[in-house]
Amino acid sequence: MIARPFIDWGWIVDHLDEIRDRIGEHLALTAIALGIGLIIALVLALAGLRVPRALPPITWTAGVLYTIPSLALFAFLVPITGFTTLTAEIGLVSYTLLILIRSIVTGIQGIDPAVTEAARGMGYSPRRMLWEIELPLALPVIVAGVRLAAVTTVGLVTVTALIGLGGVGFFILRGLNRFFDTEIVLGTALSVMLAMILDAALVGIERVLTPWSRRRSAT
Amino acid sequence: MIELDAVGKTYPGAAAPAVTSLDLVVTTGEIVALVGPSGCGKTTTLKMINRLIEPSRGTIRVAGRDIGSVPGPELRRGIGYVIQHTGLFPHRTIAENIATVPRMLGWERGTIARRIGELVELMGLDPAIGTRYPAELSGGQRQRVGVARALAADPPVLLMDEPFGAVDPILRSRLQDELLALQRRLHKTIVLVTHDIDEAIKVADRVAILNIGGVLEQYAPPGELLRAPANAFVEDFLGADRGIKRLSLIRIAEVPLEAGPVVAPGAGAAEVAEAMRRYGVDWFGVVSGSDLLGWAWGSEAPSGAGGVALRPFEVRLQGADTLRDALDTAITGRTLVAPVFDGERYLGMLTVDAISRQVIG
Ligand SMILES: Nc1ncnc2c1ncn2[C@@H]1O[C@H](COP(=O)(O)OP(=O)(O)OP(=O)(O)O)[C@@H](O)[C@H]1O
Ligand SMILES: [Mg+2]
Repeated sequence: MIARPFIDWGWIVDHLDEIRDRIGEHLALTAIALGIGLIIALVLALAGLRVPRALPPITWTAGVLYTIPSLALFAFLVPITGFTTLTAEIGLVSYTLLILIRSIVTGIQGIDPAVTEAARGMGYSPRRMLWEIELPLALPVIVAGVRLAAVTTVGLVTVTALIGLGGVGFFILRGLNRFFDTEIVLGTALSVMLAMILDAALVGIERVLTPWSRRRSAT
Repeated sequence: MIELDAVGKTYPGAAAPAVTSLDLVVTTGEIVALVGPSGCGKTTTLKMINRLIEPSRGTIRVAGRDIGSVPGPELRRGIGYVIQHTGLFPHRTIAENIATVPRMLGWERGTIARRIGELVELMGLDPAIGTRYPAELSGGQRQRVGVARALAADPPVLLMDEPFGAVDPILRSRLQDELLALQRRLHKTIVLVTHDIDEAIKVADRVAILNIGGVLEQYAPPGELLRAPANAFVEDFLGADRGIKRLSLIRIAEVPLEAGPVVAPGAGAAEVAEAMRRYGVDWFGVVSGSDLLGWAWGSEAPSGAGGVALRPFEVRLQGADTLRDALDTAITGRTLVAPVFDGERYLGMLTVDAISRQVIG
């Protein structure tokens, strides 16, 4: 029997186009999940901040969603929404909510009350206050949440291979089925790299968006 | 003008009202200080004036207009507001912080930039500070920026809640002086909350002393308050050193000076003895023209003032100093007098007796 090399570089070179397409799919699934997750989380977090009684049930629901095993969630959704992007995104978005809601709420609650009082005292309306004071000042905490959600989502996208998508997770699943190590290693390595690159990009975005937090006095 | 008419506030769920029923008129161009023990409703009263807190009853008029009919945000853009911890926006530069209200009011860029320049100068700040963030400023600079920001749109009314509460005593005294100097130029109507009665006496034209429940115990100029406290509560609140506090309200220029036991440099023994006898003291001063050269004990000049070694008067008070400064000078020197000068020119002296007569008389 001829021992197959652990990694078949020739196979990789032959499949560069497919790899590129799957990376694109992976990024698209992640971006959509984060974008929609952020919008939903923002709406729920702000509702919870305005009506404090609503906050516990909101975080509780998001917490329950977060604890459902991803395999089970997709299996449960397939009979309803089929083998579609919609199914994938429902699952992926659900997993971002807890982290994002929490970070938005803690970010805004952590703002110095003197700042919001001064803003109100100078005639800020609630809406203006949200966009010009609260969200910008909560940004470092929110970005920390987005980074965590992004890394989690990149990993989860691989699971959607089970419903015919999966981004680079597609290679992992096919590799498993065919006992082909190269594909498994390739899929895993790409997923990890995507997570790290995305994380670094978000750090960069935060630095650009929060110039004030980089310059500090000696005191 | 600010008029509070039977204004009250009861917080939801509170057993007693924070402010029961308060009548208060603040005249245009005056500084009114609200003082009183913690929890007496000073902040509540102040915040009802710009509707940060909605009154439960009564009416408040600013410049004749019932503020209940003006939307809160709109009302507040027309009233300056300064708080203890400044509440500067940490994500905005100093220039942007100052520009806050003008920007909301839709001023033109050029106009705003010019206004920032004016305010930075008015507050004695370094123009280079404009591009910095609040975290890069000292406490005193931040406090000044907070005031500049409140003044940006030139509001006729300024509300200040313990504006100097968070800074050290030396800086606080400087900022108080600056506020007074500023007020001499700007003539704002200012309501200032403080728990420091000395601060109230120093900066306010009138002081409102509040008791728990927002009960107005006395509303009077500082001098009147100290001279004739309305009741035991006010007396207690003013403290045991009322007499000394009154001295701090009187400038040396306002009171008559005495020549003092002084003689010319060549005065003979009889002249020296006569000067000391007139004032009942055992020392004498020597004046040459308008120079106060110093002083010596009578026993050191048995044959007159000529050739006697003189000790200098260390402190040279001016007309703008207060009788409190004069008393301090008098009781810490061997001669028990406070010599007063106009620049270097000797004008006369204040004795401890003369100073105390100002409080008694
Ligand atoms: N938002 C609020 N809800 C309920 N009660 C309040 C609220 N704000 C103030 N109070 C109560 O109203 C009373 C007056 O409070 P206020 O803050 O006006 O006092 P203050 O004179 O400013 O005191 P301090 O000198 O400590 O700042 C206090 O008994 C306080 O506990
Ligand atoms: Mg207060």
